[in-house]
Amino acid sequence: MKLELRNITKRFGALVANDNISLTLEPGEIHSLLGENGAGKSTLMNVLYGLLQPDEGEILINDKVVKFSGPGDAMAAGIGMVHQHFMLIPVFSVAENVVLGNEPTGKAGSLDLNEARKIVKEISDRFGFDIDPDAKVQDLPVGSQQRVEIIKSLARNAKILVLDEPTAVLTPQETDELMEIMRGLAKSGTSIIFITHKLREVQQVADRITVIRQGKVVATASPKSTASELATLMVGREVELDLKRTVANIGAETLLVKNLTVLDDRQHQMVDDVSFSVHGGEVLAIAGVQGNGQTELAEAILGLRHIHSGSIEVAGKDLTKSTVREVLEAGLGYIPEDRKKDGLVGDFSIAENLMLDGSFGKPFAKGFQIDFAKRDEIAESLIEEFDIRTPSKETLVKQLSGGNQQKVVVARELGRELKVLVASQPTRGVDVGSIEFIHEQIIAARDSGKSVLIISTELDEVLALADRIAVMYRGKIVGIVDAKTTREKLGKMMAGIAA
Amino acid sequence: MNVKNKDIKSLSEESKTESVLREIMAGDPVRIALSILLGFFIGAIFMVVFNDQVVKSWSNFGADPSYALSTVWWTIQDGYGALFSGSIFNFNADNFVDAVRPLTETLRFAAPLIMAGLGVALTFRVGLFNIGATGQIMMGLAGATFASTRLHMPQIIHMFVAVVIAVLCAMVWGIIVGILKARTGANEVIVTIMLNYVATALFTYLLREPNLLLEANGGGTPKSDHPDGTAMMGALIGTEYKLNYGLIFAGLAVLFYWWLMERSTFGFRFRMVGHNSSAARAAGIKVENTFIWALAISAGFAGLAAAAQGLSVDGGLTASIEAGIGFDAITVALLGGSRAGGVVMAGLLFGAFKAGSSSMQVAGVSPEVLGVVKALIVLFIAAPPIIRALYRLPKPGSKVLEAAKSAKVAKVIK
Repeated sequence: MKLELRNITKRFGALVANDNISLTLEPGEIHSLLGENGAGKSTLMNVLYGLLQPDEGEILINDKVVKFSGPGDAMAAGIGMVHQHFMLIPVFSVAENVVLGNEPTGKAGSLDLNEARKIVKEISDRFGFDIDPDAKVQDLPVGSQQRVEIIKSLARNAKILVLDEPTAVLTPQETDELMEIMRGLAKSGTSIIFITHKLREVQQVADRITVIRQGKVVATASPKSTASELATLMVGREVELDLKRTVANIGAETLLVKNLTVLDDRQHQMVDDVSFSVHGGEVLAIAGVQGNGQTELAEAILGLRHIHSGSIEVAGKDLTKSTVREVLEAGLGYIPEDRKKDGLVGDFSIAENLMLDGSFGKPFAKGFQIDFAKRDEIAESLIEEFDIRTPSKETLVKQLSGGNQQKVVVARELGRELKVLVASQPTRGVDVGSIEFIHEQIIAARDSGKSVLIISTELDEVLALADRIAVMYRGKIVGIVDAKTTREKLGKMMAGIAA
Repeated sequence: MNVKNKDIKSLSEESKTESVLREIMAGDPVRIALSILLGFFIGAIFMVVFNDQVVKSWSNFGADPSYALSTVWWTIQDGYGALFSGSIFNFNADNFVDAVRPLTETLRFAAPLIMAGLGVALTFRVGLFNIGATGQIMMGLAGATFASTRLHMPQIIHMFVAVVIAVLCAMVWGIIVGILKARTGANEVIVTIMLNYVATALFTYLLREPNLLLEANGGGTPKSDHPDGTAMMGALIGTEYKLNYGLIFAGLAVLFYWWLMERSTFGFRFRMVGHNSSAARAAGIKVENTFIWALAISAGFAGLAAAAQGLSVDGGLTASIEAGIGFDAITVALLGGSRAGGVVMAGLLFGAFKAGSSSMQVAGVSPEVLGVVKALIVLFIAAPPIIRALYRLPKPGSKVLEAAKSAKVAKVIK
């Protein structure tokens, strides 16, 4: 089936999210849509899937104009979408999930589960998915759940598959397997739109690449382009992909975590007997697939989460039972994984956000009163130093772009005297230009002798920043290895196989 | 990359109720002004529809349409005209004292409303929907009654002691809510409603008991002695007006509230917790303790209102002295957008309603119309979509508005 998007324009008020975008998808083609956050990829796909109506332009299937007023129409026309967030019911079996909303019925309208099993088995065998139709979805690993989503679309006779950032939740091995599956599907005639911002994956699997920047198609590239060529197209200027860094100048052990065990809100053991230490002037990165206890580990270090057993020390001071305020005052800086939830107050100005954890004393407070002159002075210098792009220090943080919001968090944490920096997903949802800048700042903190703990699910980020890498799997540290370890080996560790 | 999901999740984590509550409590000035306007407009309809003369003239509309229309006009003018002359300035008065008396009455009624309104406003800004001002005022009244009838002290000192005791009694009531909320996670809406009942009953009980607050030689009615003259808030601008020192306390309360919320580090943390409690937690703030502090200080404002109310009446005190201030305080805080200046304006408006209702009655308009106006204003504020739909305002956080804003920001950056 051939798909064509012709001159699609979608506006939200004064903002043009899609500006005259044209795109063709040949049968059996893997077409990659590459662009930064907010470039307009998702808007375009929502237009294709009938969730948004374009202001201008049209969608053609096999050279005939079609109109989708909702996802139902798009599905009926043979378009299937696999969202980042799976739309599966965990307690149902694979077969039940696949036929949900489209159930084969037997006598008297009863559900024909045998037919459902047959559908799953047939598709699974054809493409080598290796999925048991009777397994409960909640028992499957994330990679397999994603395949269930793909089977769901194929069972509805999708000829065009849209995969929206499908590799975010996968280990490197699962990513490779997904690439295999995509190639197999393409060979059988299914066309795939592959949305991503990861250059390596694009180079690996795409037949054609369309680069979108600020709502416009800026180029159509071939997969043979180098990573730096693609990055330049995506960002609009030359990007330094490789961080310049010097040899670590290792100092004393400043962050010491011993036999740490942490439970989550449901009393599940999320961090299981974890021990590691970080020296001054060193970056230790904790790699791992999302949801393996990294969040709880970071929260426990900050004092947000109760420590079940084990201990945490910063610069020789035991902080196991300390409050968040005591931990911060001991010289620990914290960049949370979800800046909107834990790092910023959206309705506060930049100046206010830069003093969020500084209301207890100098330099921001004078007695019981905020020292406004000092606050403004500090805000102005941090905005300058950390290159926060804003009309003024009074601008509300919620009006800033993701990258600039993150710079506010980084500026606040690095703007005070630190011994240790703990950064969770420091560049999540941040544009490439800001990623570059934030990485430089983190390395600068390390070079000035601070201990840095990075928690990241992006292997590229881990490899770019780390002096040593600890891999976490199901709450345990699988191993701590040096930064020269290969991707393949790290990938295995992320799947729980010890080095 | 999981960014998108995460963002959508953190947005949807805030339930619809919460986001509506936040919108209501944030108080957009334009929307509030339009709500007041609409409230008065519908109040006018009530006056017209239930006026005999208007009804009669309209039944003969064909015969004399201009008469029918002018009765409508005159009814509205009489009603709201009486409100004006009863609350601001009386042009028909014989002398200056009587002419400006309405304004002093408005100020007198406004003082406790403003103080109690500030208390409620404070908790709104910490993100608590506190409707416990009634109970806190009852406790404050109990304290004020005790101090003014059972203690005997010299002039002025007695008044200050009575004020302090009233404030402390009210604060105890607020702290109870704070501790229940912080330690057990109890919902402050339910706790405050229930404690309102408890406090009202408790005050009445105290007034019934001969050894406690009941007047000397008192009978079956729960009523206290007349407070000592030394404890009373005396006349502020001369004995020909009833306006008393309560207004001074209200003025000081407004200044303190402004300093606390806008200048002090406490207020900064209060607002931080109100806007994003999980970010506050990560910034080292003990959110639970903040709730307790906020409810305690908030109740202190209610206690001040109780003192101003209790120490300025003629005769003994009863539970009816509360006069609905605790409930009106919620409206005042909502109307005032929880800001110091806004609460002053809203308190004045409600004070004017109280002052003007008797002259409306004299003019032959039922003062309950004002009750309708008040209730409608709250209703419109509490249902932002109604006002938005009626006046075709854009939705806050709507794509159009956000896009326009971000386009503006982008332009400035360039």
